[in-house]
Amino acid sequence: MARQIYQAIVDGILVGGVYALMAVGLTLIFGVLDIINIAQGVLVILGAYLSYELSVRIHLDLFLGLLVTVTAMFVIGVVIQWAFIRRLRGRERTSMTLLVTYAVALIIEGVLYEIYGPNPKQLNASYVQSSVHVLGFYLSYIYLYGFVLALALVVAIYALLYRTRFGRSVRATMQDETAARLIGIDVNRVAAVTFGVGVAVTAAGGMMFGATNAFNPNSGYDLISRLLAIIILGGLGSIGGALVASVFMLTLESLVTIWSPEWAIVVFYAALVVVLVIRPAGFFGRQPVRAQ
Amino acid sequence: MMASAKMTSARMTSVSTPRGAAAVGLVILAVAVIAFPLLFSSPVVTNYAVYALIFVAVASAWNLFSGFSGYISLGQAVFFGSGAYAVGIAAKDWHITGTGVFALLPLAAAVGAVIAVPFGLVALRVRRHTFIVITIAVFFIFQLMAFNLNSFTGGTIGMSAPFLPWSPTTFNDRFYYITLACAVATVVIAVLTRRSRSGLQLRAIRDDEDRARGLGVRAMRVKLTAFVLSAAITGLVGGVWFLYLTQVLPQSGFDPLFDLSLVLMAFLGGLGTISGPVIGALIIEPGQLYLTIRYTNGYLSEILLGALFLLIVLFMPRGIVPTAGEWIRRLQSRGRPAVPAAAAPAQQASDAPAREARR
Repeated sequence: MARQIYQAIVDGILVGGVYALMAVGLTLIFGVLDIINIAQGVLVILGAYLSYELSVRIHLDLFLGLLVTVTAMFVIGVVIQWAFIRRLRGRERTSMTLLVTYAVALIIEGVLYEIYGPNPKQLNASYVQSSVHVLGFYLSYIYLYGFVLALALVVAIYALLYRTRFGRSVRATMQDETAARLIGIDVNRVAAVTFGVGVAVTAAGGMMFGATNAFNPNSGYDLISRLLAIIILGGLGSIGGALVASVFMLTLESLVTIWSPEWAIVVFYAALVVVLVIRPAGFFGRQPVRAQ
Repeated sequence: MMASAKMTSARMTSVSTPRGAAAVGLVILAVAVIAFPLLFSSPVVTNYAVYALIFVAVASAWNLFSGFSGYISLGQAVFFGSGAYAVGIAAKDWHITGTGVFALLPLAAAVGAVIAVPFGLVALRVRRHTFIVITIAVFFIFQLMAFNLNSFTGGTIGMSAPFLPWSPTTFNDRFYYITLACAVATVVIAVLTRRSRSGLQLRAIRDDEDRARGLGVRAMRVKLTAFVLSAAITGLVGGVWFLYLTQVLPQSGFDPLFDLSLVLMAFLGGLGTISGPVIGALIIEPGQLYLTIRYTNGYLSEILLGALFLLIVLFMPRGIVPTAGEWIRRLQSRGRPAVPAAAAPAQQASDAPAREARR
């Protein structure tokens, strides 16, 4: 029993790393643009299908293929921001962007259904099936590699935000958009690039998700609702919060799975509700000065 | 002051004729709506009408809370599905058969309301965009519960409604009048709410919640009341929908597209107006149903729904009713040179906020 619990915690942390990667993109987009990107879930699935195409058609390694898919998803993100989100202005902007990204998600999901149909697919590679035995734990290679990749990308995003000139303008925009504009920051460019980066990480998340789960175009719903629960739990806009909340939620889910797999996912949302009753702004969220 | 007094009297006289015309129009509409199944007896046509009326009711109920208060809910299917399941489970457990099942509809409304109280108490504490996300989370909890509580909900097999002893030729017609009654009642409740004190308070909350609170509006109580009312109506209509379809599955009772359709209908017609969601439902639901029947895989209707949504939000964000109203006003003011030139801008200036508030 104790063995099972330790294994569940290790699994939760490893899977949590992958979710953290997807959630960081989502919370970054919220922090800078004040947008909740509902399409994030289906974009992860789109990333998984891109990886699938590359590995099946030209037999490219999954991790090497990321060079292509991350770039592609970055471009897709910039296009979505430029075409739909940039135009929205006014009081109801946050609610409107939520609906717009939901509509984008529907369109992408419908197109994926038209191309691939509802039958589930899974990504395959030599390291997907095999696992290594360390200190009495079974660790599957794909989760290990994925965790390292997620860690590297989160560090890269952190460095981008806190160690570069561009990152400084992103953080300035997060604090006060008008003031950032006044001191000469190109806020539109910041918005486009941030949305692109936030979406680009879904390519890596999608590859990991596709290698560890069977997916079909419909999988995006389950994913986005988990990601939303994570970023709200962590506090909207807080990158550290997203990391902590991902690991917390996935560990919790993996622990409950020992007793009841069916109820594990309900615990996930129930935890969100309980936390919000106690702390409406989440773990690390700023308490709103003025309710909107 | 002089100008404004003259203006009011001018408007009084000009309003009385359109109001008379509106009354005549309403009577014609009522006769047409009541006579509809007599003119179109084909069950194919009445099937469209029944679905359209179901959505008129639920879209108006959605608008009653979300449209008036500005808190967009994407979890309305929670009440719809719960109402459907409540009727199904009660009929099975209490062995109710035949037309007696209609006595269970108040139960469906009560279940919706009872779920809405804790749901609202948690979800309405947070900021507006977090509210949307929590409604999505609660929605998924309910869908998963419908899948997982096998002994209670029938799991993936779902629930079947008791057999109604109505001949196939009159089945749709009877449901047409039942759903018509639901739709009309919901619209009437929406009108009454809008005109009531709490309707005004809801719109004050939508415009500026902190200021409304400062002026003495008990925001939580007002929001929760509207949320529960909206949930009760949606639960009841969910029960009717279940009896009409005779079956509910976890993915059909708790359908994410249901929520999105409601929002789309209200946005297309005009968020927060009375006629907006009605018009939106009458346009979108038959279109969606046609596409689902025509292309059975349903993906095309999903793509079109998304595309339509994008077009509306980007190019007509205020919806058909307010946009059309603006055009009509513009046309009227153009065809009326009698208005003194000096009064015209003053009228516009003084009218704009009032109109805004009435919307």
